[in-house]
Amino acid sequence: MSEHMVSNIPVKREDFEENLRRRQFTGLVWQRLFFIANVSTMVILLAIAYNIINGAFGYVVFTYAVDPEELSERPISELSEPELVDLLLQKVPRRLRVVLRDNLSQVPNNVFTQEPISAVLKGKTFDPEWADLKVNDLTDAQIAQILSDNLTQEEIAFIIRRQIIQPNISQSWNLVESLLNRSEIERIAAEKYPKGDLVFYSWVNLDFITNPISSNATNAGLRTALLGTLWIMLVVVVASFPIGIAAAIYLQEYAPQDSRITQIIETNIRNLAGVPSIIYGMLGLAVFARVLEYYTSGRFVGVTDTNGRTVLSAGLTLGLLILPTIIINAQEALKAVPSSLRDASYGLGATKWQTVTGVVLPNAIGGILTGIILAMSRAIGETAPLIVVGASTFIGIDPNGPFSKFTVVPIQIYQWTSRPELEFKNTAAAAIIVLIALLLLLNSAAIYLRNRYSMRI
Amino acid sequence: MTEAMIDTKITVELKHVSVYYDSKIAVSDVSLPIERNKITAFIGPSGCGKTTVLRVLNRMNDLIEGARVEGEAIFNGKNLYDPNVDPVQVRRYIGMVFQKPNPFPKSIYDNIAYGPRLLGIKDRATLDHIVETSLRGAALWDEVKSDLKKSGLALSGGQQQRLCIARTIAVEPEIILMDEPCSALDPIATQRIEELMRELQERYTIVIVTHNMQQAQRASDYCAFFSIRKDETVVGKENRWGILAEFNSTEKLFSDPDQQETRDYISGRFG
Repeated sequence: MSEHMVSNIPVKREDFEENLRRRQFTGLVWQRLFFIANVSTMVILLAIAYNIINGAFGYVVFTYAVDPEELSERPISELSEPELVDLLLQKVPRRLRVVLRDNLSQVPNNVFTQEPISAVLKGKTFDPEWADLKVNDLTDAQIAQILSDNLTQEEIAFIIRRQIIQPNISQSWNLVESLLNRSEIERIAAEKYPKGDLVFYSWVNLDFITNPISSNATNAGLRTALLGTLWIMLVVVVASFPIGIAAAIYLQEYAPQDSRITQIIETNIRNLAGVPSIIYGMLGLAVFARVLEYYTSGRFVGVTDTNGRTVLSAGLTLGLLILPTIIINAQEALKAVPSSLRDASYGLGATKWQTVTGVVLPNAIGGILTGIILAMSRAIGETAPLIVVGASTFIGIDPNGPFSKFTVVPIQIYQWTSRPELEFKNTAAAAIIVLIALLLLLNSAAIYLRNRYSMRI
Repeated sequence: MTEAMIDTKITVELKHVSVYYDSKIAVSDVSLPIERNKITAFIGPSGCGKTTVLRVLNRMNDLIEGARVEGEAIFNGKNLYDPNVDPVQVRRYIGMVFQKPNPFPKSIYDNIAYGPRLLGIKDRATLDHIVETSLRGAALWDEVKSDLKKSGLALSGGQQQRLCIARTIAVEPEIILMDEPCSALDPIATQRIEELMRELQERYTIVIVTHNMQQAQRASDYCAFFSIRKDETVVGKENRWGILAEFNSTEKLFSDPDQQETRDYISGRFG
C-alpha cells in the first residue's frame, strides 16, 4: 500500500496493524461466546432427550399369575379356539360373562343381564333356541360355546393372557442400567423372580398407544388421553381458525391503519398472547364450564351425564388461548403480501373484497397455516388451563364427542409421574415420546407448507 | 353536460388538479388534455409528481391513506372525482401497468383471466378467447401459447411486463396508464414494449410516465413536462411540489419548446 493513499488519516502504519489485531481479537472472542451458547443449548437438549429415552427403554421382569408353560403342553399360539375356550372354562369360569360382555355385547353394560340374548348378541352366532333366554340363564359351557363361535384364535389368546396368565411387570430398569449392568440385573431377576421372564422392553409400543387408561402400569395405555387431545384439537381448530383469520383480515386489510382504536386493539392482542395460560384456564372455567354450562355440557341437545367440564369447554379455552397468536401470525402473513400485487388487482378494477380473496389470501395462506399449526402445537402441550377447566385424571371411557369428559396427554403424563409405582415413570417417559412425536409431526407439516407456498411466490 | 358537448378527440381532461398527502401539497394546479388513440408521455425530474398525476387518472391515489385530490378529471363528460363515481368502475375503464412487472403468482392463463373473472365472466370458451386475443394483443401469444399453465413468474422480465399489459387489455379499458414500464427492462425488451405501444395505440389511449427522454421522443405523440417548485422560506424537503411546466406535441417540445426550463431539461442541463 503506497504512503500517499493513507496520508489523510493520522494513523501510523504500525499503530494501524496493532489496532487491526485488537479488532480482529474482539470479533474472535464474541464468535467463541456465541459458539459456547450454542453448545450449552445442545447439551441441555441432549440432557432432556437422555432423560426421556432412559426411561422409555430397558429391561423389565414379567411375572405371571399362571405360568404360561404350566397352562398347557403346547404354546398358546398353537391351540385351537375350542381348546382355548376350554382353558377359560377350567381356569376362570366366573369371568366368562364379563369376557362375553366386554367382547361381544351389543347393549349398554347396565342392561346386559336384563336383555334377551337375541338383543345382547344381535348379529352374532348363537343357538337360536337361546334367543329369548337371558345371559344368566345360560350355563358356563354354553357361554364358552358362544365365545368359541364368535372370536378368533388371536382374540381368545389375548383374553387368556389378560384373564389367566396376567403378565405383570414386577421390576424395571432404565436404559443406562440395562446397558451397563446387565449381569447384575440378570442375577437379581433370577434371584427374586425365579419364574419371571427378563426381557428388554420398549415402553413405547403399539399396545401402549391403543390401550386405555389402567391402574396397572403393565396394561396402561395412552388411548384415552390421545383421543382427548385429538377431540380438543378439533374443537380448537374449528373455533379459532375462522375467528383468527377473520380478525387478522379485518385488522390488516380493512381497519384504518393509523387510527387510535386500531392501534389499541393491536397492542392488546399482542399483550394477550403473553398472558399466562392459567389465566385463560380460569376464564374458561368461569365462562365456558360455568356460565355456559347449559351449552358446553350438551344439555341443550339432550346430553345429561356431564357437567360443563367437557371437551367443548376445554377446546374453547385453548382456542381462546391461541387466538392472539393466530391473529398475529396471520396478520404478519397478510402484511408480507407485496403491495404490487394488490395494486395490480385494484388496477384491473377489482373491489377490495375481490382483491382480498383473489390475491391477498391465496398468497398469505401458507404463512397463515404455518402460524396456525405452530399455535396448535403450543395448545397440544398445554396443561395448566385444562386442569383448571376440569380435566379428569382418570376416566374409564374414551371421549367420543364434544360433550365427553376428557383427559389429555400432558395431564396423563403429569398424573403418571406423580404415582408412587416406579413403573409409571416408564409409561410417562413413553407418553412424552409419543407427545414429542406428535409435535414434530405438526412442526414438519408447518415447514412443508411454508416451503410449498413460498416456492410459488 | 350533454353528449353533444363531449369533445370526441379528448378522452380525459384534467382541470386544475392538485394532489395533497395529508396537508402537504405534492402537485399543484395541473390542467392538460389526453387525446384519444394517442400516446401522451409525462417527463420530468424525480419528485416532480408525474406518477402522482398518472395515478389521479384512475383514482389509484385513493388507495394511499391521507391522499387527497382537488380539481376535476373529466372522462367522457363525467368528473371521475364526482362523489357518486365508484373508483372500481373507473379502474375497469382506465387500466394500469406498473413500474416493476407484477404478474400474480398464478398461471399465465389465470393472470389474464383474472380481470374478466372479476367482471363475472365464468364461461370457459369466452375466457379462452379473451386470453388468446389479449396475449396476441400484447405480442406474447407466440411465445407462451403452448405453456399457458406455466406460472407467470417463470417468464423473463420483458415477457412479464407484456403479460401485465395483456392482463390490462383483457378487460378492454379505454385508456392504459403506464408507470415507467421499461425501467426494469433491458434495451431489447424495452424496444419490444415501445413497438407494442404503437400497435396498442390503434385501439387504446396510452399515457406513459418515463425517465427516458429518448423513449418519450420516440414513442409519444404528446409530451407533458413536469417541474419542481420550491418555497424558499421553508427549509427541508417539505417545501417542494410539482407543477406542469409545459404541454406540447412531442415534436415541438423536443425541437422548439416554449419554456426555457424545458429546453434546459431536455438538453441535459439539469434533472
